[in-house]
Amino acid sequence: MSASSVFLTTCLAAAVEVIEMVIIVIGVGSVRGWRSTWLGAGGGLAILAVLVLALGTALTAVPIDALRLVVGSLLLVFGLQWLRKGIRRVSANGFRGMGERTASAAGIPGRGVDWTAFVLSFKGVLLEGLEIAFIVVSFGVTAQELPSAVLGAGAAFLVVASAGVLASGVVRRIPRSALQLLVGTLLSSFGTFWAVQGLGVSWPGSDGAIVALVGWYALAAAGYVGLLRRDARRLATLEVTG
Amino acid sequence: MSTILRWLTGFGRFWYGFIVGDDWTVAATVAVALVVTWLLHAAAVTAWWLPPLAAVAAVGVSLRRMSLASTPS
Repeated sequence: MSASSVFLTTCLAAAVEVIEMVIIVIGVGSVRGWRSTWLGAGGGLAILAVLVLALGTALTAVPIDALRLVVGSLLLVFGLQWLRKGIRRVSANGFRGMGERTASAAGIPGRGVDWTAFVLSFKGVLLEGLEIAFIVVSFGVTAQELPSAVLGAGAAFLVVASAGVLASGVVRRIPRSALQLLVGTLLSSFGTFWAVQGLGVSWPGSDGAIVALVGWYALAAAGYVGLLRRDARRLATLEVTG
Repeated sequence: MSTILRWLTGFGRFWYGFIVGDDWTVAATVAVALVVTWLLHAAAVTAWWLPPLAAVAAVGVSLRRMSLASTPS
């Protein structure tokens, strides 16, 4: 494998992982606030840097499947909480009915660290960062082109993270109820993907299964919103006639 | 002592809220689904479909229960 093909392969493979990382950080930051989200992301990157510096190419000894199972399970159960809340809010108020809410009213501490945002962001960055490091070590060492692999992953990080920062402006304009539903869908999808992968089970279509999972949870959410609205209409009709 | 106890209580409360939230049945269903998935996988049965199916079913049951609880009798 030449240096340029190692660069390109690592760049593309790492880009998939960076996209997942950026989606989690932007989603959590948009819903829970940015300060604690950045603190969590920074903490994840710091632990990752320590692991990479301490272990080097021995990094592949880290039990990634166990980490995927733990992080995936936690993201899944938390993502389902947001999915449920998002479904209830959207079914009750629509996409624009939330109005302005203060941080404390939304269950987010006004002062100090919001540990929910911190933990979600920390776990997402650490797990995805480790996967990127694995890709770099695997491709780089196998092809004896470690510097090209590091550069490829670095380029992917710069491009995707910059696109994420630009996209966060658009995300901030999404109504809060819809955003919670959207982020709940994404966290549930990533959580399901990683938890099942951590059990040693392969997904059909590999990383492409994440897109199918997002579609699955989005479809389920739309169905539940429809059912809850139908129930509310039926109840309103009963109250009027009764 | 009281500071440590308060910290431990807060730590436990945070993780309880993070994992369990306001409906423990969703987290329990996810845990059971993952264990069954692992058992099926160990028995060489394709099982990737189980957790997403169980998760959506658990959310549906939870929403139904909340909806019934908030409906005036």
